Amino acid sequence: MTEFTPVASMLGGLLIGLAAALLLLVNGRVAGVSGILGQALWPSAGEERGWRTAFVLGLPLGASIVAYLNGPLIVEIETRPTMLIVAGLLVGFGTRLGNGCTSGHGVCGMSRGAARSIAATSTFMAVAVVTVFLVRHVFGGMA
Amino acid sequence: MKLVFAALLSGTVFGAGLAVAEMTNPAKVLGFLDLAGSWDPSLAFVMGTALAASAVAYRLHRSPAPAAGSIDSRLIGGACLFGMGWGIAGFCPGPAVASLVTGSADVALFVGAMLGGMGLFHLVEKTAPRKVAQHAA
Repeated sequence: MTEFTPVASMLGGLLIGLAAALLLLVNGRVAGVSGILGQALWPSAGEERGWRTAFVLGLPLGASIVAYLNGPLIVEIETRPTMLIVAGLLVGFGTRLGNGCTSGHGVCGMSRGAARSIAATSTFMAVAVVTVFLVRHVFGGMA
Repeated sequence: MKLVFAALLSGTVFGAGLAVAEMTNPAKVLGFLDLAGSWDPSLAFVMGTALAASAVAYRLHRSPAPAAGSIDSRLIGGACLFGMGWGIAGFCPGPAVASLVTGSADVALFVGAMLGGMGLFHLVEKTAPRKVAQHAA
């Protein structure tokens, strides 16, 4: 159970939006983490690894700066290891098949009104809500 | 070099934002997705402000209209698989990678499996290539 933190949420969201704005305005790229990570490791023909690797390395770097200034990050995981593996496979495969995740479709795509991103975001949000309901309230503690 | 530096800065600010908003904690994300539990609306506030800031940037950029790709079975099927995984663990790609700094073995396990899933997708695509327009998202 976690507390509602509106101020930290809005500040964090603003930073995420600024990061997306920076990548768009300087690099002309969409800040979609799954696509950037996938293309950094398995680039399509003609795609560059350099800036993608730099972006991916920045994620834990930024988190560690916040941890340094603000105290250690809290990560509460109750999911069993086998289910973590299942979930990881689904997230990895699904985000590449659907061409985006919470950042690429949910933030960048939706902010420019892309119909595909609105459809994808509505779908993964709805499926995640149903999944959490099943895991927590129907098959109590399945994960 | 400028592009690599800008990308590093963008990733760093992105990771800092995830940490400030505590989206690096899967319990916080699951608290949002669990409508039947003690609901934590934080994630909606994160997305709301991120969307607003990003929308301003897209206005300034005058980027070409979103590629008129179709809403096909790959898009929706991929979103369904992702939504299932997100709902089970409470991790999506950005927060999972950012949380690696905690040194948690569980986070490393999830990220390892996620990379496995991405690699599997790459293998499938290579074995059965399809001519699908790649939309940057």
